[in-house]
Amino acid sequence: MIAALLPLLLCQLVGEAVSRALHLPLPGPVLGLILMLAGFALWPGLLNRVRPLAQGFLGHLSLLFVPAGVGVVGHLDELSRTGLPLLVALVVSTVLAITVGALTFAAVARWTGSRADIE
Amino acid sequence: MTDFTEIWSYLSQGPLLWLTATIAAYGLGDAVYRASGRKPWVNPVLIAVIVLGFVLWATATPYAQYFAGAQFVHFMLGPATVSLALPIWDSRHHVRKALLPIAAGLLAGSATAVGSALGLAYALGIRGETLISLAPKSATAPVALGISEALGGSPTLTAVLVILTGITGAVVATPLLNRLGLKDWRARGFAVGVAAHGIGTARALQVNPVAGAFAGLGMGLNAVLTSFLAPAVLHWFL
Repeated sequence: MIAALLPLLLCQLVGEAVSRALHLPLPGPVLGLILMLAGFALWPGLLNRVRPLAQGFLGHLSLLFVPAGVGVVGHLDELSRTGLPLLVALVVSTVLAITVGALTFAAVARWTGSRADIE
Repeated sequence: MTDFTEIWSYLSQGPLLWLTATIAAYGLGDAVYRASGRKPWVNPVLIAVIVLGFVLWATATPYAQYFAGAQFVHFMLGPATVSLALPIWDSRHHVRKALLPIAAGLLAGSATAVGSALGLAYALGIRGETLISLAPKSATAPVALGISEALGGSPTLTAVLVILTGITGAVVATPLLNRLGLKDWRARGFAVGVAAHGIGTARALQVNPVAGAFAGLGMGLNAVLTSFLAPAVLHWFL
């Protein structure tokens, strides 16, 4: 647990510090993610040290945004005005993003002859 | 009765009560989700948010007091974001075999998600903090909250928009992609992961394992790309 937690927190800490110091638009934890990828490439042993805890975090990812989600109670007035247009933008944009992303992936896969693995 | 009032005022000042309530509400939401046969529109986070919102309202508890306890859960978003390196690393052999389709699908899907959401909301009269909060809606929650905060949006509003985006993606993906006639599970899963993050990925995993792996990859890569795209695209609308 400690052996896994330390690399995750260190990557986040360095990510936060660099992101603030250089005024990057990238949130610290995202920079930490990139550092962790570099770590996996440099030290093969790191992967199995981090894996159990990282899988634990990812398995309960949705629990972690409950506290922020409850903050919607502070926005109810505003949402009674802007809720409908926001919802329309959100739903249409999600449908468009799935459509464009999937068609682009499939088209480029055909052009480059990239086939799916049989798994 | 005064005993109860005393105990309540003691407990409601410390972090234990609201930390426990957060875990309990999520447990309840998860139980309902399982009982429904894991229907994508029965979302455990949405249930937990509604239950806790009602409890806060009924007990006249300010959000700041609730958050003093719940912040211990909230803090874990950072290490969880770093943990996303794991599924990306695990799918590196997929990346090597389909580098160009992945890069093209990621750019097109991510740009459409940010651009069309901001364009539509702007056209419908949404401005300021609310518009900023919408920009990272397709990124996975921990990253989206960080982006929203850094750009001057409201992380709490972003959290709700991210959840609703995930539910929308999970519900529409299968009928939409069938209508488009797409049979490549990589393309289907990847696009859903890019547009609808973890909730979409959970849905893709139920449908097909290849789609699930590509959805996880799409979610992880889009978390990184949205951090760059959201501020750039938002710049045009402010």
